[in-house]
Amino acid sequence: MKFSESWLRTLVDPKLTSEELSHLLTMAGLEVEELDPVAPAFDSVVVGHVLEVVKHPDADRLNVCKVDTGSGTPSTIVCGAPNVAVGLKVPCALPGANLPGDFTIKIAKVRGIESSGMLCSAKELGLAEDASGLLILPADAPVGQSIRQYLDLDDNQFELKLTPNRADCLSLLGIAREVGAITGAATCLPVVPEVPATIADMRAVVLDAPEACPLYCGRVVKAVNAKAPTPEWMKRRLERSGIRAISALVDITNYVMLELGQPLHAFDNTKLEGVVHARLAKPEEKLLLLNEQTIAVDADILMISDDVKPLAMAGIMGGEDSGITLETSELFLESAFFAPKAIAGRARRYGFGSDASHRFERGVDFGGTRRAIERATQLILEICGGQAGPVVEAKAALPARPPVRLRTARAEKVLGLPLGAERIAGLFRGLALSFEQQGDDFLVTPPSWRFDMEIEEDLIEEIARLYGYDNIPSPAPRGRLKMQLQREAQRPAFRVRQMLADRGYQEVVNFAFVEEGWEADFAAKTEEVDLIRLANPIASQMAVMRSTLFGGLIANLVTNLKRKQNRVRLFEVGRTFHRDAAATPVAGYRQPWKLAGLAFGGALPEGWANDGRKVDFYDVKGDIEALLAPSELRFEKLAHPALHPGRAARVLLDGRDIGNIGELHPEWVQKYDLTVAPVLFELEFDALKASVVPAYAEVSKFPVVVRDMAVVVDRNLALQSLFDGLKQQLPALVTDLQLFDVYAGKGVPENKKSLAFRIVMQDTQRTLLDSEVDAAMQQLVSCLEQTFSAQLRA
Amino acid sequence: MDNLDQIVSEARAAFAAISDPDALEQAKARFLGKSGQITELLKGLGKLPPEEKKTAGAAINVAKTAVENALNKRREAIRKAALEARLAEEALDVTLPGRAEAGGGLHPVTRTLERIESLFASIGFEVADGPEIEEDFHNFTALNTPEDHPARSMHDTFYLQNPDGSLADKVLLRTHTSPIQARYMQAHVAKYGRLEKMPEIRIIAPGRVYRVDSDATHSPMFHQVEGLWVGENVSFADLKGVIADFLKSFFETDDLTVRFRPSFFPFTEPSAEIDVAFMSGALKGRWLEIAGCGMVHPNVLQIAGIDPEKYTGFAFGFGPDRLTMLRYGVNDLRLFFEGDLRFLRQFA
Repeated sequence: MKFSESWLRTLVDPKLTSEELSHLLTMAGLEVEELDPVAPAFDSVVVGHVLEVVKHPDADRLNVCKVDTGSGTPSTIVCGAPNVAVGLKVPCALPGANLPGDFTIKIAKVRGIESSGMLCSAKELGLAEDASGLLILPADAPVGQSIRQYLDLDDNQFELKLTPNRADCLSLLGIAREVGAITGAATCLPVVPEVPATIADMRAVVLDAPEACPLYCGRVVKAVNAKAPTPEWMKRRLERSGIRAISALVDITNYVMLELGQPLHAFDNTKLEGVVHARLAKPEEKLLLLNEQTIAVDADILMISDDVKPLAMAGIMGGEDSGITLETSELFLESAFFAPKAIAGRARRYGFGSDASHRFERGVDFGGTRRAIERATQLILEICGGQAGPVVEAKAALPARPPVRLRTARAEKVLGLPLGAERIAGLFRGLALSFEQQGDDFLVTPPSWRFDMEIEEDLIEEIARLYGYDNIPSPAPRGRLKMQLQREAQRPAFRVRQMLADRGYQEVVNFAFVEEGWEADFAAKTEEVDLIRLANPIASQMAVMRSTLFGGLIANLVTNLKRKQNRVRLFEVGRTFHRDAAATPVAGYRQPWKLAGLAFGGALPEGWANDGRKVDFYDVKGDIEALLAPSELRFEKLAHPALHPGRAARVLLDGRDIGNIGELHPEWVQKYDLTVAPVLFELEFDALKASVVPAYAEVSKFPVVVRDMAVVVDRNLALQSLFDGLKQQLPALVTDLQLFDVYAGKGVPENKKSLAFRIVMQDTQRTLLDSEVDAAMQQLVSCLEQTFSAQLRA
Repeated sequence: MDNLDQIVSEARAAFAAISDPDALEQAKARFLGKSGQITELLKGLGKLPPEEKKTAGAAINVAKTAVENALNKRREAIRKAALEARLAEEALDVTLPGRAEAGGGLHPVTRTLERIESLFASIGFEVADGPEIEEDFHNFTALNTPEDHPARSMHDTFYLQNPDGSLADKVLLRTHTSPIQARYMQAHVAKYGRLEKMPEIRIIAPGRVYRVDSDATHSPMFHQVEGLWVGENVSFADLKGVIADFLKSFFETDDLTVRFRPSFFPFTEPSAEIDVAFMSGALKGRWLEIAGCGMVHPNVLQIAGIDPEKYTGFAFGFGPDRLTMLRYGVNDLRLFFEGDLRFLRQFA
């Protein structure tokens, strides 16, 4: 809501500077977003009357003018503006004048002729961004009057950012009322006399949907001159309220809306047939609106119609065909109360809004409907002439305003502030609320312009607001002390993140909506049923919800490679999104937390001590193992759309699939312009948070026996299956079995590999005998030989 | 016995001239070996008359000890010199960089969230979480924002599509973290509702939220932290106290002013916007909008099954992206979501 300060001050004029007023409004909940002077500072500019224009003898584009500035003697002024002409009234800066941009006017010779002043354009006075010539003033502008005074330039434009509950402040009247309440200054609200009918013409109104429209005032005005000019003062107030002046009749309806908060509509009465109805839309009804849009209206849209056709979307926008033009001479003027519930959300549904719908959906004062039509009639007759018929008022049950009870003790409890009934009574009186006091209780009857006073809390808020939020104390709160559960078997999320950061990964945060192509490439989601598509994406490359975090990480990699970062390790923790009918808590959408990482470039940072080895699958596998230690993980070969089919694994924790790891598929390496494949992983975040509470096992005091053993097996044999086989037949005295070498090549038959193990044996009760150790080793060897056709390597 | 003194000084001189351990052992033989000068003298003792034997023997032994000392001293010196030479050889350039792995780091907003969570944990707030694809009911209706409420237009909401292209019914991307409040209260009531007195609710709920808005100061995805305290005697004054305490602790300064001004949110009443102004620094004296808050609206308590007569509470919502920008002097919100390592590494 924008408005002119000087307009407001005609209604209420507190002894406050503009800045003080602005602060007070903000602190009362009417946030002042902008406070700007309507014109920059300048002085000594007056209305000048051009008496004579003669070409400058020594300059083609200059004129020498005689200008009456009201001083008695005309001034000689050299002027370069193309539109200067005899008889014009223009702003004239006198010698000594200070103009915007730190510019002072001096008496000076211009090409040999002394010029004592300057004729000004709107741009030179800081009133417009640019101007093609002098600012031409109306012919009746009084010569010699200060231009600031004449154009009312010592004014500020306020812009309020109003919250939806304060529709009552969408008018000068409402703001004035509020300023009066918070400052105690006297208000001088407009008194609108009834305009008596001079003709008998009228049009009947029927309320077919009385809940949606319980009050409708209509009036016929004839013989108006729609082409009459809008008075300057009205134009100025409209423009300073951010509304462009259009034509007298439109301007008047807008003016009354700004002044009193009541949106009005003017129909061309000659286009109307029969009775005016306020009714709900009929099936398949269509209407061409003033904004040139044709709307097929839904059944819950309140319409204004006559006996044969729809005329307007009530409270939202009028129809093109029944609207007024400059040729209109006969009006049907509408001032009505449309219930917020009947208007709310409707305009938004069709993708537009209007000043009227903005007000009606928040609530318009139904006590002022009649006043507004009188005020508009008064202004129309004054400005456009004409004759008014009687006001026809159709009325049904208006919104009830049942009294609201406020208990002093409750207000004190909610606010944490001892107030006392007397202080509350004083605050209510300041707001001009009508109330009845019953001991410490108040029964408050909300005024017709407030739509936000229905329950006790609404009144508590009013009390707090007027008391001043700043004046409420802010003590350290008291609460019951109870220790929080800290599960030792649960690592905090930050700890997991920090562990990964400590291993060289940098956390990123990527958007949850991604390119459709990423879902196809990295999750093989190409069917519509698999995708979760946004209905209103901000851009096509942010159109679907991600089911994997890979896409974002690869995009981050590409960005960073462009910026010459050649060793990149990234991770992200975020939700992924999957269609799943059985999902909870939101049915249809499973949204697990994931942690995904990417490693690219050197295994170690480039440096004098590093051999420049590139990061590989096993580096990243090591990171994952460290992340989950001491839990032991299993890895199984995996086919995954994003990953290299021979270099990808499923990660299992206690037999449960918790994610995957692998090299990016060579196809995507090429498609995304990468030189080598990054290694990626994605894990269930909750699994990473699980840890174990340590349990003690006896430490043996007896000597350890360590034996090494190398066997030759098929090259394709997965180590895991060998381990699994061994574990089933592991002699009890073996406490540890480690793979310490893998070799294939010279000395090992083709299609074979050599695996070397270190075997640790120990007993907690006694020293092992050589014979026992030998037997155990023999057992291992025969197991390997029998199950895996392994051969002991010499 | 001048001869003895001479032998000793000869030995000393001979040893001192040697720096090679083998040569030293050869030189030793000249004096102490089987036919060394001292050994020869000792051998000659037998030929002396008994009365001279004793004094001569003593004198030779003194000389022998002196030679041995000189030898040992020289041995030690040579050993030390050799060690020093080896150590000098082994010297490293201690100024070369260490071989440690380059560390990564947390996202700056994560850093902020961790600090916020730990500050609130210190006064008994637990962390709660909730879904990002959220039901319309929890995002709006349970928060006293029925359909067609004008406040819904304050939130430009992302909606989802069904596979057949129609608008998905009743689901959206959450526009704020407040639905976690609603869900948490419902769960709390389910757990403790039968008790005469329910335990207090004190939670903090950080998360990503989404709005159809994208320009220099708005990101379509951003972070919020919701806070909620419901109990038998929780007041607006308590809310002010907690927020002031938090801001001073978060920014680690008393050099700031906090102001509360009336505002409107459908799910709180009274409602307030929180502005903060720093007394020094680049933003000195400017009011910066930092959070929205208020007393939980009785309708919201009621929808969750909590009796608003018995329990009151406050809720607040901070923008941790904004807090991060203020804390570290970041001037562009978009940097948080671009994944540029040169930016992110500054917060490692």
